[in-house]
Amino acid sequence: MAEPLLELRALHKSFGGLRVTDGVSLEVMQGEIHALIGPNGAGKTTLLHQVSGTLAPDAGRIMLGGRDVTHLPMARRARLGLARSFQITSILPGFPVLENAALAVQARRGSSFRFFGRASREAALNAEALAALAEVGLEGRADAPAAALSHGEKRQLELAIALAMAPRVLLLDEPLAGTGPEEAERLVRLLSGLRARYGVLLVEHDMQAVFALADRISVLAEGRVIATGTPAEIRADAAVRAAYLGEDGA
Amino acid sequence: MWTPGRRSAACPRASDAPIVARRDAARDRPGFSVNTTLLLVQVLNGLQLGVLLFLIAAGLTLVFGVMDFINLAHGVQYMLGAYLGAALAAATGSFWLALLLALPAALAFGLLLEFLVFRHLYERDHLSQVLATFGVILFLNEGVKVVFGTAPMQMPLPAGLTGGVPIMEGLLYPTYRIAILAAGLGTAGLLWFLVERTRAGMLVRAGAANAPMLDALGVNVRGLFLLVFGFGAMLAGFAGVMAAPILSVEPGMGDNLLILAFVVIVIGGIGSVRGAFIAALLVGLVETVGRGLLPDVLRLFLDASSARQAGAALASMLVYIVMAAILAFRPAGLFPVRR
Amino acid sequence: MSGAPGRAERLVPWLVFAGLAAAPFIGFGEGHALTLLARAMIFGMAAVALMLLVGGAGLVSLGHAAMLGMGAYAVVVLDHAGIVEAWIVFPAGILAGAVFALVTGAVAIRTSGVHFIMITLAFGQMAFFTTSSLAIYGGDDGYTLFGRTEVLGARWLEDRLVFHFVCLGLLAGCWALVEALLGSRFGRVLRATRDNETRARALGFEPWPYRLAAYVIAGAIGGLAGVLLANATEFVAPAYLAWQRSGDLLFMVILGGLAGPHGALVGALAFVLVEEWLSHLWQHWRLIFGPLLILCVFFLRGGIVGLLRRG
Repeated sequence: MAEPLLELRALHKSFGGLRVTDGVSLEVMQGEIHALIGPNGAGKTTLLHQVSGTLAPDAGRIMLGGRDVTHLPMARRARLGLARSFQITSILPGFPVLENAALAVQARRGSSFRFFGRASREAALNAEALAALAEVGLEGRADAPAAALSHGEKRQLELAIALAMAPRVLLLDEPLAGTGPEEAERLVRLLSGLRARYGVLLVEHDMQAVFALADRISVLAEGRVIATGTPAEIRADAAVRAAYLGEDGA
Repeated sequence: MWTPGRRSAACPRASDAPIVARRDAARDRPGFSVNTTLLLVQVLNGLQLGVLLFLIAAGLTLVFGVMDFINLAHGVQYMLGAYLGAALAAATGSFWLALLLALPAALAFGLLLEFLVFRHLYERDHLSQVLATFGVILFLNEGVKVVFGTAPMQMPLPAGLTGGVPIMEGLLYPTYRIAILAAGLGTAGLLWFLVERTRAGMLVRAGAANAPMLDALGVNVRGLFLLVFGFGAMLAGFAGVMAAPILSVEPGMGDNLLILAFVVIVIGGIGSVRGAFIAALLVGLVETVGRGLLPDVLRLFLDASSARQAGAALASMLVYIVMAAILAFRPAGLFPVRR
Repeated sequence: MSGAPGRAERLVPWLVFAGLAAAPFIGFGEGHALTLLARAMIFGMAAVALMLLVGGAGLVSLGHAAMLGMGAYAVVVLDHAGIVEAWIVFPAGILAGAVFALVTGAVAIRTSGVHFIMITLAFGQMAFFTTSSLAIYGGDDGYTLFGRTEVLGARWLEDRLVFHFVCLGLLAGCWALVEALLGSRFGRVLRATRDNETRARALGFEPWPYRLAAYVIAGAIGGLAGVLLANATEFVAPAYLAWQRSGDLLFMVILGGLAGPHGALVGALAFVLVEEWLSHLWQHWRLIFGPLLILCVFFLRGGIVGLLRRG
């Protein structure tokens, strides 16, 4: 089997006496959607924070494409091919929609220490940005100020920014949160089509979407991975049913 | 205010900050070089500047901690305290009566400013707060000129605290300066007790760490802030009254101390009273002792005139170099408040 | 920088430049008026540079007067050494501002928000006290230049009209530079770090190199303005570096509006003219100016340029 794109090795993180990440190991392969589920407070977002570089783990390793990135800052990880969408929408509200994505393209296309020439008129950057917007169905809103988008549109933009980065690994933190059923269905189709290009680590509460999308699922409870397997295996796992699915009624 | 002819009154003069150090009799005695007596005097002067700085910085750091409000006009509270003290002493003929009256007056003035200006700024960004409180400074620095005139005012030493205390063979240290030191340390102790040991203090500390949480818990944050603000204004006013007899009371006298107080709270960690105390003493000592000793130290390497020049220039930078060095290792200050 | 400027707003800088170019020929050609306009243009330059920091990078510097001071004292140091050639003096002043910005910025940029305000203020004060202690250059009392800077030995800058147009040309150049910077790739990253720092990091942009570069550029422009300021008054004093002056510059930027560098142009002009007018009106004009500033903060949120937007 090939080397995993993203690999977490025995991550530990505590806040005070509270262990929020307790020896988590998992991997994401090229072309795979690896979903992370678990009850609220299981430590999913904290784990994503450590992967993206917002939080530093107390112990353990994070490998990205075979390279140890445990101690690299967020910006370096991003340049190494790690894109993250945030649970709470994080866009550039003062920028037009297109420029949100164009900046993501700019991050990997040549130096940003260019002091002259209008960046907003660079055709090469704008073309790629527009393609990313088109993928999420936002091309019609390219010139709108990002702050003026609806909540659902902002979620789409969030995803378009991640795609425009052309990353190797996508970290998606509840991409479906707050979207209506139709929008959710469209996003699920989109994500499904994306998997070939990336390795995806997906945190999502919508179980229907998770079981439809994921190639593998890891179940997190009290900071620990209690099961990893295909959707079918997870469905059948007694421990998971007891710890999580039973409670949630899903 | 840009042309040379009009500049002197509006601008802080270099002699303001180190004046506590410069005015000392011991320094002017002929033939003095680096020795224990001079060092002792410098250290005492430094601690004295330190406690004054602490009284100003304490209010500033708490106000910022609880309300995320940056108040440039905190320095004018100190100036107002000095003016009120000097004017009331002249009117009543008694230092103690003046002190007693100046404190509630400073408090009232602080609350008035809060009502008129500051409370409209809490929801605004730091830039707006900086500018509006800068406007307050312009107004009040000019205001005291109109009311009290541009000439510096003097405040007599309080009866009973004139004269000096022999602290070493052949060295009298002014009693009043020792009283400042004692009063400053006493106030610091009181503040420590209030913040660490009372319920209001606990709320203030909690507010400094996480103000929205207090709000969510149903604590009246506005009321709490008014308390902190008024107390801070009074402390700064207190520092002003105490400093009035040994400094010249003049417009703009608060500005330089304000900036040193900023250095103090940046070094100490914004929102931390303990940090402000330690940083205030540190800044006071570095400022005073550095200014006193650097020219002498440099004389070991340079001729007298170059040493004096370079020493003065270097001493002016010393506090800021210390600040930069501390921030290089601890960007959030010595005692960062957990947020 | 929210939204695109309307057509009326785009005309603003050109109207300002045209007005300043015409001023000497439409009744503002005598000494006092030209001195005043030169001052307005010089502060306009510094304000445009500060706008790059405040409006572009979200860095509220309260120590910008120190950059002017560095440029002005570069003139003094060279003058004392007998060097008055513009091709040395101007680059030296620009370099002085840039180096000071680089050294202090390297510390200040590590912080943000209110820390940054206080630290820039502290470094400005450091520069103020340091220049005050330089007895060789007059200390507190300042230093009177022997004359204005010469251009290849010619005393062109002594001519008021020439000086007026030199200031205007450099002001327009600084405005164009900042305008170009903000729109460039560099400026886009800068604005992104201001808009949403976490997002900028997640895109792969570490903010500090961009912020430091902006700080150094602003310092260089400040240094240039300082050289001109020294030449305008033929006198340099530590008062040029007083922290109140940094406050004035910040007010100019906000008064004009943060929509773009043209706001700083308008703000600086308005500030200098209102200050002049009030100070002739009443000796204690600051009693009016202070509250005026507070009222501007309360009610004039988009600055003067912002008034154009609302229609």
